[in-house]
Amino acid sequence: MLSRRLIPCLDVKDGQVVKGVRFRDHVVMGSIVELALRYRDEGADELVFYDITASPQQRQVERSWVERVAEVIDIPFCVAGGIDSVASAREVLMAGADKVSINSPALSRPQLIGELADAFGVQCVVVGIDSLRDEDGEWRVRQFTGDPAKTRALARRSLDWLEEAVERGAGEIVLNCMGADGVRQGYDLEQLVAARARCAVPLVASGGAGMAAHFVDVFRHADVDAALAASVFHSGSIAIPALKRELAANGVAVRP
Amino acid sequence: MSGVVLVDGGGTNIGSVRHALQRLGVDAPLVTEAARIRAASHVILPGVGAAGPAMRRLRELDLVDTLRGLTQPVLGVCLGMQLLFRASSESELPCLGLIDAMVEKLTPAAGLRIPHMGWNALQRVRDHALLAGIESGEQAYFVHSYAASAGAWTLAACDHGQRFSAIVQKDNFHGMQFHPERSAGVGSRLLKNFLAL
Repeated sequence: MLSRRLIPCLDVKDGQVVKGVRFRDHVVMGSIVELALRYRDEGADELVFYDITASPQQRQVERSWVERVAEVIDIPFCVAGGIDSVASAREVLMAGADKVSINSPALSRPQLIGELADAFGVQCVVVGIDSLRDEDGEWRVRQFTGDPAKTRALARRSLDWLEEAVERGAGEIVLNCMGADGVRQGYDLEQLVAARARCAVPLVASGGAGMAAHFVDVFRHADVDAALAASVFHSGSIAIPALKRELAANGVAVRP
Repeated sequence: MSGVVLVDGGGTNIGSVRHALQRLGVDAPLVTEAARIRAASHVILPGVGAAGPAMRRLRELDLVDTLRGLTQPVLGVCLGMQLLFRASSESELPCLGLIDAMVEKLTPAAGLRIPHMGWNALQRVRDHALLAGIESGEQAYFVHSYAASAGAWTLAACDHGQRFSAIVQKDNFHGMQFHPERSAGVGSRLLKNFLAL
């Protein structure tokens, strides 16, 4: 039976792991390789590195960290942030990443999803969706959420976009439920259940994890394939080995 | 150990496989020349992507007969394993035909996601040195939409709505449907076992 995956997400800026509100007040947490190895040893099933380096020039210089991670890590990892073309995806994949995750560039130019799937296969192509419920009750997509000053609310409904992304060649969807993000009150089960019903490929829940029970809930009720979290893992408030024991005790299939 | 080569079939995972071998102390060059492949002690054929373009590239490199004629241990990884079979429903070109069976698309079903992506359990089917130290139930990292059914060639099977081949072997040809280079300790043990064949 396929195990449900736990995925720590690490923010990378100028070649180091940072924490803080994205694009503001960053505190350096340590070296990418050290933290990647720590999560690997704790039993993370996969890692996502979100490259928040602001300028594209700097990003090109600093992408050497992808190769350093690939040299030491023997679990899969995905790189998100700043990938907007087949060429920039190839650079990251050839450096050793297993997948690339695209978000805002796919909203600007949806054909990008199909171009990446044709070039590298759907298994390499993750589409991230930032979704927020509007006052009329509809979940709609947000673009450029990395920078609060630039964030745009789109007319596109989140779950319509999810279906379109899969049709275009996304091999996995990460649904970041912005209403739940950062408040640690649990994943947005209502939205994830609705997304699950329309998502034929693996679905990753993101946003809202605060305690082990939230992970149990999201796997049992929303039937997601993976759960992504950042702060609860980085702060040590949830340790992955203990979380996996709790999931197993609640009947969720995990990799021991 | 020396003499291990990676056949550069153009897949993006070739760097990851190379790093995994480096972690085991083996520096395996990427090669496309038939003579260097024939002279190697062990040959690894990595690959991600689709069967059609991969076979086209092996034909362009004029490596089809070379690979078919190898007598030293050969390991196909992921798509590289599928290329060992007669053909894939993904491609109009035949594959290498070393194992006389077809690779077919995984059948979608309720509650079953395709691609099959994530950690899943290996079930031992048949004893072989490649499986030394690997117990049934240990997990490996899979990412694929096509698979070979289980048969006489199967050393270990896996289940995703249907039973399929996770590790195969026929004569000196071996294959792993999952990514040993991304399967933590289990993957590294399997690669070590292959290098010891």
